[in-house]
Amino acid sequence: MAQVTMTVNGTSVSADAEGRTLLVEYLREGLGLTGTHVGCDTSQCGACVVHVNGKAVKSCTMFAAEAEGAEVSTIEGQAAADGTLNTIQQAFQDHHGLQCGFCTAGMVMSAAALLQDNPKPTEAEIRDYLEGNICRCTGYHNIVKAIMAASGQDVSAIAAE
Amino acid sequence: MYAFDIERPSTIADAVKLLSDSTESQPLGGGQTLIPTLKQRLAMPDRLVSLGGVAEMQGICEDDAGRMCIGGGTTHADVAAGAGAYGALASLAANIGDPAVRNRGTIGGSLANNDPSACYPAGALASGASIITNAREIAADDFFEGLFTTALNEGEIITEVKFPVPEKAAYMKFEQPASRFALVGVFVAKHVDGVRVAVTGASEDGVFRWADAEAALNGEFSAASLDGLSLPGDGMISDLHGTGDYRAHLVAVMTRRAVDAAA
Repeated sequence: MAQVTMTVNGTSVSADAEGRTLLVEYLREGLGLTGTHVGCDTSQCGACVVHVNGKAVKSCTMFAAEAEGAEVSTIEGQAAADGTLNTIQQAFQDHHGLQCGFCTAGMVMSAAALLQDNPKPTEAEIRDYLEGNICRCTGYHNIVKAIMAASGQDVSAIAAE
Repeated sequence: MYAFDIERPSTIADAVKLLSDSTESQPLGGGQTLIPTLKQRLAMPDRLVSLGGVAEMQGICEDDAGRMCIGGGTTHADVAAGAGAYGALASLAANIGDPAVRNRGTIGGSLANNDPSACYPAGALASGASIITNAREIAADDFFEGLFTTALNEGEIITEVKFPVPEKAAYMKFEQPASRFALVGVFVAKHVDGVRVAVTGASEDGVFRWADAEAALNGEFSAASLDGLSLPGDGMISDLHGTGDYRAHLVAVMTRRAVDAAA
């Protein structure tokens, strides 16, 4: 066991971790930040996506020790302190971009990473970027619509409510 | 996963020292293959030596010979963004896995793993790249030795890869839609001194050069030069995703598409 220290959602944190402790285990079990989910545990599904030094990564496929000293952002850091949802989260709610909600934390974090690099993505670019985020409820349509809306684009052209 | 220690050296020298002492150690690149492997308990090192903190293995530059030099620890996302001078290679990197995987996976890790369906081995072999390790320089033609097997010795790490930039090149991948690995991928590169065609995903022996296609394309660099050329299905991977004959057919199709895209 060793102490691993990093900055999570702007706060410096420290918790014990074994060599084999995954970043997602550190977040969930070490820090109690259970908003980040483990879906497949095989880096396919994207439910565990967080940002490490500004980049989207699958936290089930990175060791906590590799994030020593890093700036990590999770879904818990997305809303304002008073609970006001950020633009992407609000758009997911407005456009029914979730049903069961299991994939949503990863979807929102991937969407945030996409919009950081590409503030006005096309529908095709959004679908391409979400290749590694699997949702079994929505059929993706409303997720894509939410991200279009969150980037300030007209979603009326995207068919089928 | 079995328990292990993890070390994060900041220099190549320290990494090599850790890998060469008596502890059973394994280098860790981006971990996008190794971590799933550890989860399945298919590997049991006592110690992982993470290369992610080695700054001198990061980044892209050009050497005096005009070759594109990519640090072994450079992620696929950074190659996709930074290898614009070699568009076919940047495009190959941009289509590995998904965005989160590309933010972690590294070129050195991919080449050292030599997965028979990985993209980078085809890019390195068709480019005639040089694989630079902490100990020596290995030509791509001598580097890939079969499934998950390379010329690397125990504890030897890829610090840099040098790519001659071809006159024309393109990589065409037929994706296995679930894994996004290449069911078949073909990298065609037209160099001043000849054409090189490297095929991944197809052969039971891993990445290989298709000599007949190279000879035909050296005559005339057009898809029509490949008319009538085919590979036997024997020795091709046969699994639930496709038979050997199917993969052999795909090789010819993807080679033509790559030539069209490069021309």
